[in-house]
Amino acid sequence: MYRYDHYDQAIVNDRVKQFRDQTQRYLAGTLSEDEFRPLRLQNGLYVQRYAPMLRIAIPYGMLNSTQMRRLASIAEKYDRGYGHFSTRQNLQLNWPTLESVPEILAELAEVEMHAIQTSGNCIRNVTSDQFAGVSPDELTDPRPWCELLRQWSTFHPEFAYLPRKFKIAVNAADTDRAATRVHDIGLDVVKNKEGSIGFRVLVGGGLGRTPIVGQVITEFLPWPHLLTYLEAILRVYNLHGRRDNKYKARIKILVKALGIEEFRRQVEAEWAYGKDGALTLTEAEVDRIKQHFTDPNWKTLVDESLVDLASHYNNKAFTRWLDRNVHPHKMPGYASVTLSLKDPKVAPGDITTAQMNFVADLADKYSFGELRASHEQNLILADVEKTELFALWQEAKDHSLATPTVGLLNDIICCPGGDFCSLANAKSIPIATAIQERFDSLDYLHDIGDLDLNISGCMNACGHHHVGNIGILGVDKSGSEWYQVSIGGRQGFNAYLGDVIGPSFAAAEIPDVISKLIETYIEQREGDDERFVDTVHRIGVTPFKERVYAGKERSAVNA
Amino acid sequence: MPKLIKNNAIVDDSWQVVRLAEGETPESVALPDGDLIVPFKVWKARRADLLARPQIGVWLAPDETANDIATDLKHLKVVAIDFPQFVDGRGYSTAALLRTRYGWSGELRAIGDVLRDQLFYMHRVGFDAYAIRADKDIANALEALNDFSESYQSDVNEPLPLFRRRHA
Repeated sequence: MYRYDHYDQAIVNDRVKQFRDQTQRYLAGTLSEDEFRPLRLQNGLYVQRYAPMLRIAIPYGMLNSTQMRRLASIAEKYDRGYGHFSTRQNLQLNWPTLESVPEILAELAEVEMHAIQTSGNCIRNVTSDQFAGVSPDELTDPRPWCELLRQWSTFHPEFAYLPRKFKIAVNAADTDRAATRVHDIGLDVVKNKEGSIGFRVLVGGGLGRTPIVGQVITEFLPWPHLLTYLEAILRVYNLHGRRDNKYKARIKILVKALGIEEFRRQVEAEWAYGKDGALTLTEAEVDRIKQHFTDPNWKTLVDESLVDLASHYNNKAFTRWLDRNVHPHKMPGYASVTLSLKDPKVAPGDITTAQMNFVADLADKYSFGELRASHEQNLILADVEKTELFALWQEAKDHSLATPTVGLLNDIICCPGGDFCSLANAKSIPIATAIQERFDSLDYLHDIGDLDLNISGCMNACGHHHVGNIGILGVDKSGSEWYQVSIGGRQGFNAYLGDVIGPSFAAAEIPDVISKLIETYIEQREGDDERFVDTVHRIGVTPFKERVYAGKERSAVNA
Repeated sequence: MPKLIKNNAIVDDSWQVVRLAEGETPESVALPDGDLIVPFKVWKARRADLLARPQIGVWLAPDETANDIATDLKHLKVVAIDFPQFVDGRGYSTAALLRTRYGWSGELRAIGDVLRDQLFYMHRVGFDAYAIRADKDIANALEALNDFSESYQSDVNEPLPLFRRRHA
């Protein structure tokens, strides 16, 4: 993974010093609340419902065991002994004091970490595929491009006060695991006919209040032009994005208002000035960055099939885990493993400091000391020898990190919601818990198969509910908490925004609603292989809707 | 006399910024003698009169562009960009464009809600003068120009991004 040189370290150290001074001036009263807010947000610091929340950057989800141990010691020392992995591959601490944040940042800087631009109206932490560099279906490793973007976007002087937040995702695989279609800029790394690398650039995607799937602005951008082209997009947005209404300030609204053709024309006109300038990427720099992402010392191994492994151990629980939590790797004899943070007893994405330290040990023991955070709020060991899987599973299981439900209904994506977040209209974690309790039979979960269930506590959509196969959105109706349900959403290249099935429900009704949706699917699916989302798209929303609301109408009549 | 940060030092400011009060129009606003930085709208309305002065400056509002003033730059001594609120970042792009595309080499001044914590970025996009908001400590603000020892990007003062300097 990328390691800092003296330049990177100096920049992060300077930031710690700067933020320490800003915090002191705020506490001394020479910096007002309104003046401090954008500054602290650009350092990932929110002031939340009960306490500040600090969002620590994990650039494109990569971290090593030393960093994980440091996160654990920080959570122990400055928080309540746990952290929360977010849908943007970052780690959030829910209980630090504002006064302690400069110290936390100083401790992070010692292990090449920071909280720069994890919030605020600026270019946010770049996200990518959690299987980058190891997945068999990728064209090339997207991480060097992510790192180039990280450096370009860090403290960019022109784009620190954009109309609104700005998120970039990079994917280089045949499957889009980075949700590129719902980002302000989505980048697919692609090859042209001549075999050279470039980017398909999508712009104007996003969830939130006005969910929109991004549109292609250019089908093939040769790689040397990556930064000059993005700079042109950002400049057009910075100058022309709306600033009069924060709900209309994202780039998606500008792209929609102008139309993609006109937006493209403006970007190309701007790009004509910057193209081939000093910001044009050089072979030397791309090579320098790529040196940081060289392959680990993989052994030459004979490949082992997971089916053979399963029959060798003949253990149902292990087989389930192999089936859901173990993923293909490009090297024979290796696999990638998801350490699940979806234990039904705790909030999705939450991890204790004991687990953090334990995961760091697992990384050292089984996976070259490296880890990744996924946008599904789990952790990944990318390079595990298949012959070690059984031993790893046993260890992980003992620390509640082997819930065998990756990609299943219980692998819920969920924002912190009204329990923590001051923006939320409704709680989300208790809804996730209630669903997980309802669907506690692993046999049934595995029979239902692939199903993304996403929950957001408000229309800011941190839980990505629009692209959940089942999406649940917390809404406020005259002071009480209600939940709107949508179905058919999906992420990936064919991203689709789910359709709302009808009027919203009280919290207590949600487990029944989900049960009815699942029963309808089980009855209607064609063969065991048709996934929930495919059944929804084949038969439409109506059969699901009728089943869910049938009971409601009866009770309304009876009442 | 009011103070200004200019070229990394605190100096006396002889220029007066003209703003339209409620009910005033670009055509009617009184223009006192002395060095004035007038709104772009006033410049457009009274260009001939203003050209007769020994020297003149113009300020741009966030929605007025570098291109709007480009052909008039040769007549100006000072160009200022107004930040009604420091979180409105359009002025950063306008400044960069004035310096890099339209060749403005005279004084480029930030006016309005100009605060210490934005100065480092302002300097990098080409501002060389900062009218720090009157209620703030200007000496303290001056220190912000040294907040960072290094930057990744190229900017108006540093033509090469770090990745080209790293390989130099």
